Amino acid sequence: MLMHTTIANDVLLDVQNLETHFYGDESITRALGGISFQVKRGETLGVVGESGCGKSVTALSILRLLPKLTAKTVGGEIRFHGRDLLKLSEREMRGIRGNRIAMIFQEPMTSLNPVYTVGHQIAEAVQIHTKATKSEAMAKAQELLRLVRISDPERRVNNYPHEMSGGMRQRAMIAMALACSPELLIADEPTTALDVTIQAQILRLVVELKERTGTAVMFITHDLGVVAETCQRVIVMYAGRIVEQASVVDLFARPSHPYTQGLMRSVPDRRRGRQRRLPEIPGIVPSLREPIVGCSFAPRCPFAIDICREKTPILRDVVPGHGAACWRAEEVMGA
Amino acid sequence: MAAYILRRMVSAIAVMAMVGMFVFLLLRLAPGDPAAIIAGKSATAEMIAGIREKLGLNDPMPIQFIRWVRDMLGGDFGTSIFAGRPVLELIGQRLEPTLSLSMLTMIVSVTVGVSFGIVAAWRAGGLVDRMLSAFAALGFSVPVFVIGFFAIYWFAINLHWLPVQGYQPIGQGIGPWFDHLILPTLALSLGYIAFIARITRASMLEVLSEDYMRTAAAKGASSYAMLFHHALKNAGVPILTVVGLCFAYLISGVVITETVFNVPGIGRLTVDAINNRDYPIIQGVLILASGMYVLVNLAVDLGYTLIDPRIRY
Repeated sequence: MLMHTTIANDVLLDVQNLETHFYGDESITRALGGISFQVKRGETLGVVGESGCGKSVTALSILRLLPKLTAKTVGGEIRFHGRDLLKLSEREMRGIRGNRIAMIFQEPMTSLNPVYTVGHQIAEAVQIHTKATKSEAMAKAQELLRLVRISDPERRVNNYPHEMSGGMRQRAMIAMALACSPELLIADEPTTALDVTIQAQILRLVVELKERTGTAVMFITHDLGVVAETCQRVIVMYAGRIVEQASVVDLFARPSHPYTQGLMRSVPDRRRGRQRRLPEIPGIVPSLREPIVGCSFAPRCPFAIDICREKTPILRDVVPGHGAACWRAEEVMGA
Repeated sequence: MAAYILRRMVSAIAVMAMVGMFVFLLLRLAPGDPAAIIAGKSATAEMIAGIREKLGLNDPMPIQFIRWVRDMLGGDFGTSIFAGRPVLELIGQRLEPTLSLSMLTMIVSVTVGVSFGIVAAWRAGGLVDRMLSAFAALGFSVPVFVIGFFAIYWFAINLHWLPVQGYQPIGQGIGPWFDHLILPTLALSLGYIAFIARITRASMLEVLSEDYMRTAAAKGASSYAMLFHHALKNAGVPILTVVGLCFAYLISGVVITETVFNVPGIGRLTVDAINNRDYPIIQGVLILASGMYVLVNLAVDLGYTLIDPRIRY
C-alpha cells in the first residue's frame, strides 16, 4: 500500500481511498469503498469490471459530476498535479473540466444537445476555456472534426446531432473532448453503444489520437478484449473496490484474483471455435447497501476459505507492480 | 416548409369559414328579430318590414351569408345598431387599450413565469420551488376579478399608489399610460404566470436530467450556460405551446379585466354590445378574435421549428 502513495514525477492523477456514497430514500449505497490508483502521464489505464462495480462512479467522482442530490464523495483525495480536486471551488473545478480533464460518454445518441449544431457544441468547449472568438472557435471545431476523421468537416460542422450516425456522433464527442488538448481523457465505455465494426474504428481512433496528442487516457470498459488492445495498465473493479491492478501483459499472463480469472474465462475465444458453453461466475454481485464483511467476492469464489469471509483483503503487491486484493493471491496466481 | 405554410393557410381559411358560419347563424337564430331591435320598442310593423327589406333579411340565408362574407372581405363589418357607425371603426377606437393591456400582460407573464419556472427547476425542492407551488395554487384558483378588486382596494384606495381605474392613451405620455395599466396587468397576469411557471418547471426538470446536460457540465459550462443555453431551448417546445394557449385565454381574461378596471377597450365594447344585443359588433369582435387565435396558433407551430431543428414540416 505504501508503495502506491509515493508520488513519482510522472504521476498525473493520484486517487487515494476514494469513497462515494449514493443516498436512497432509506438506504445508503457504498458505490466506491475506498479505492486508490494512479494515472501516469501519457499512459492508457484500463478500468474493467461488470455493470455496477463503480467504474463510471469513479469517473464521475473525479470530475465531480455526480448527481448533487443523491450522491456524494465522502472520503479520500483526488490529486491532479498534486492538487486535491475535492478541495477546489466549483469555479476552479469548471476550469479543469473539459480543459485539463475531459470525458466522453457511453451514449453518443443522447450525449449531444439535440438543438445545437455539432460545430457549435465543440466550439463552445473551445470558447469556455480560451479567449477564442466565435469564428475562431468554429474554425477550430472544423479542424477537430477533421482530426477525428469525419469526412467533409466543412459541411458536418453545421450538422445537428440527429443528422449524424452513432459512430459519427461519438467521433464528434471525442472532438469535443479533445478541444482543449486535455492531459487526461476519461472514456466511459465509449464503444459499448456502437456496432461492432464502428467500435473497432472508434477504438483505433482513440489509440491513434492518444499517440498523437500524448494525453493520458482512463479507459472504462467491461470488455477485456478492448483492454488488451488499448491499455498499458489495468485495474479490475468489483463491488466498489479494486481487486487487481497490473500491467496488461502481467494481468493476462498471471491473473491473481479469482474474479479476474473468472472474467477471463467468460470471454469467448474465437480460436477455440464454438466448442462449449461459456463458463460464468456463479452467484450474483453483492448488494452495496449493507456493509460487506470479509472479501466481497468470497460468496462466489472457488478459492474462498474462512479468513476470506471474516477479514477484507487489502490490495497488496503479489509481485512488484502487480497487486491483488486476495488472501490467497499467490496460490490463485499459480492456479 | 412553404408547402406546410400553404397547407396551414388553407386550413386556417376553413376554420375561419366555420367560425364565420357560426357567428352568422348566431345573429339569425338568436331569439328576437334584429330588425325589431333596430327599430326600437315603439316601431310599427311597416317600419320593421322596411328595415328588414333594407338589411336584406328577406333573402334566403345562403345569399345573406355570402353577401355578409363578401362585405367583410371588403372591409365592411357592418354597422353598429346603437352607435350607427361602422363596426370596424368602433373596434379601431378601442384597439389601443386592449392591445396595451394584452401585450404588457404577455410580456410580464412570459418573462416572470419562465424565470420563476427555471429557478424552481434548478433548485427543485428548495424554498423558491415551494413558494412557486403555493403561488401557483393561488394563481390558478383565484379568479381575475377577485385579484382585481383586491388590488384596487389595496394599492389604489388604501395606499393611493395607483389610479383606481380607467385608461390614459399612450399618446398623452408613457407615465400615466403605464400607471393605469399596472393594476390591470397585475390582475390579469397572475394566472398566466402561475401556468407558465409550472410548465416551465416541469419541462426544465425533465431536460436537466438528460445526458447532454452532463456533457455540458463535463465541458466546464457554468450553471448559467447550462440553464439558459443548454436546458431552456430544449425545454422550449412545451413552454411555447403554453404561451400560445395563454393568448387564447387572454381574449376572455381581457373582457373581465377591462370590466373590473373600467378600461375602454375591446372587452368593454363586447360586454356593452352583448347587453345591447348589438349583433354586428359581437360578430365583428368574434371574427377578429378568431382570426387572431388562428394566426397565433400558426405562429406557435412555426416557432417550434426555430426552437427544435428536429421538427420539420
